[in-house]
Amino acid sequence: MSRVLLIADHDGKTLNTGIARTVACARQLGNVHVAVFHAPDGDAPCAAAAKLDGVSRVLSVRHEANGAPLAAVLAPQIARLAAEHEGGYDYVLAPSTTFGKDVLPRVAALLGVPQVSDLMEVIDARTFKRPIYAGNVITTVKVPEGIPVLATVRIASFQAVGEAGEAPIVAAQAEAELPTHSRYLGLAESGGSDRPDLQSAPRVVAGGRGVGSKENFEIIFKLADRIGAAVGASRAAVDAGYVPNDMQVGQTGKIIAPDLYIAIGISGAIQHMTGIKDAGCIVAINKDGDAPIFEAADFGLVGDLFTLLPELEKALDAAG
Amino acid sequence: MKILVGIKRVIDYNVRVQVNREGTGVVKDGVKMSINPFDEIAVEEALRMKERGEAEEVVVVSVGPEAAQQQLRTALAMGADRAVLYQAEEEIQPLAAARALLQIVQAEDAGLVLLGKQAIDDDANQVGQMLAALWDRPQATFVSKLERSGDTLKAMREVDAGLENIEVDLPAVVTVDLRLNEPRFVKMPDIMKAKRKPLDIKPFAELGVEMPPQLEVGAHEPPPKRQGGTKVESVAALVQALKDKGVL
Ligand SMILES: Cc1cc2nc3c(=O)[nH]c(=O)nc-3n(C[C@H](O)[C@H](O)[C@H](O)COP(=O)(O)OP(=O)(O)OC[C@H]3O[C@@H](n4cnc5c(N)ncnc54)[C@H](O)[C@@H]3O)c2cc1C
Ligand SMILES: Nc1ncnc2c1ncn2[C@@H]1O[C@H](COP(=O)(O)O)[C@@H](O)[C@H]1O
Repeated sequence: MSRVLLIADHDGKTLNTGIARTVACARQLGNVHVAVFHAPDGDAPCAAAAKLDGVSRVLSVRHEANGAPLAAVLAPQIARLAAEHEGGYDYVLAPSTTFGKDVLPRVAALLGVPQVSDLMEVIDARTFKRPIYAGNVITTVKVPEGIPVLATVRIASFQAVGEAGEAPIVAAQAEAELPTHSRYLGLAESGGSDRPDLQSAPRVVAGGRGVGSKENFEIIFKLADRIGAAVGASRAAVDAGYVPNDMQVGQTGKIIAPDLYIAIGISGAIQHMTGIKDAGCIVAINKDGDAPIFEAADFGLVGDLFTLLPELEKALDAAG
Repeated sequence: MKILVGIKRVIDYNVRVQVNREGTGVVKDGVKMSINPFDEIAVEEALRMKERGEAEEVVVVSVGPEAAQQQLRTALAMGADRAVLYQAEEEIQPLAAARALLQIVQAEDAGLVLLGKQAIDDDANQVGQMLAALWDRPQATFVSKLERSGDTLKAMREVDAGLENIEVDLPAVVTVDLRLNEPRFVKMPDIMKAKRKPLDIKPFAELGVEMPPQLEVGAHEPPPKRQGGTKVESVAALVQALKDKGVL
């Protein structure tokens, strides 16, 4: 059976929700080991990874330098594990989070092999589908024989696996010469709210330029809280400073697949739509009946958001 | 310090890209081509650094078809000092592009390489990270703020959790995100002036790049179409529809 090494994305405390989705892809390819690179106190992500169905082993790679997600520090260790751990791996996967996108190409270059970005479907052991041109085109790519397959996995394309697993957690060594030319200074800003996580929430309410201001965005938050949803935004809303960048949905923001996506005051540019096309149900509220978002929306409501949203809240209250 | 900026010629971001009839690629005939939007931001940042006295020269390079001259000329019109095109008519995948850029970076003795975070045609998001690995230098990807002080750069990165700061020693590779800056408009006199700036065209083979294994690219197809387009008349109808669908 093929051997798959999956690189965990975590913040030292919690495992990124994308990992459970990446495992769903990985277990189609072989026997899955999850590598958790962490500093001396990062045992929680290892425990979380061990619970995921389909994971057969967790490799805990502990090192003082692994406390921060620096690609230049992690890539040589990952390359070492990938090439040498118990004879090496056939696949090295990472989620297509900003962490995975940052680190995996660096590993690929060290190994001298190409990388498949945003793997969305497994056709066979070496053939995969992936989106290009902001998701307007899907291509099939094949990794040539004789080299390991490196891929970032488009997490919105896979359903998360369950948590009934009990994989052993074993300490692993990945000695490599580590550079000192890169230093992590810390998170400058984080959306860090009590709201559900945008990438895993079953419901998302998003606002665009039509919302008009940072203050007005409160009505988006209010609706989200009313239905227990995460909050997203278009690039225009982020650029205008209504909300922080980690809320951006789309080609260069987050790619999400909630059961319900409510787009408010968002026109539906290609770059935005690519981030939501796997949503179960899309609702659009926009005052321009010809806005492109309506073409993709399951339910469109034409009108002014400032009158419709208060009405919607009332209707929700009435419906209970 | 010399700054090298990598430029890729891509289909303009406003074009709705179509798969060709044979399903072997996309329709490119008569389609507007532009500088990859992220690369334009990289050029702008390089120019601002030069204007602040943090760099002496801005060199723009592209590995690609002869027609990529147009995009290099645009970068020269924005204010870059000189341009080099390594001409290759066939598709250059990210690892090959990174190996090519490594040769150029070393020949030019660049102190900083600015690239886009991703090319909007292949959406690979790989070349900067790969170049940094091959060069054995730091990488700062998805950067939305960049400050140089002496031999180090402080970079603010757009990550899933928000904004993150890192510090890297020069030389380094930086890949830029959309919010780093707003590229300047080029004016007519600048376009005239750019015509006299040096633009060298050399064969790709001259770089002596050892070609890495490549992905075999097969069928192209449009994405599955969403069944959308239904409108509801009122808020009440919307709530009812969502209840019926079981999503509320
Ligand atoms: C390389 C590249 C990458 C990009 N990546 C992304 C990305 O990841 N995500 C993203 O979102 N965009 C991205 N964009 C930008 C994208 O092209 C659009 O510019 C952006 O999505 C527009 O945001 P918007 O819909 O909020 O604004 P607009 O297009 O300005 O639309 C605002 C909408 O609000 C409606 N409206 C206004 N007032 C009201 C009201 N009172 N009530 C109801 N409706 C109202 C208007 O009718 C309009 O349809 C990218 C662009 C480029 C070039
Ligand atoms: N053929 C090329 N010539 C010059 N620069 C390139 C080329 N391909 C990619 N790049 C640079 O690398 C960035 C990322 O590209 P990619 O990894 O293909 O998404 C681009 O934004 C460019 O700055």
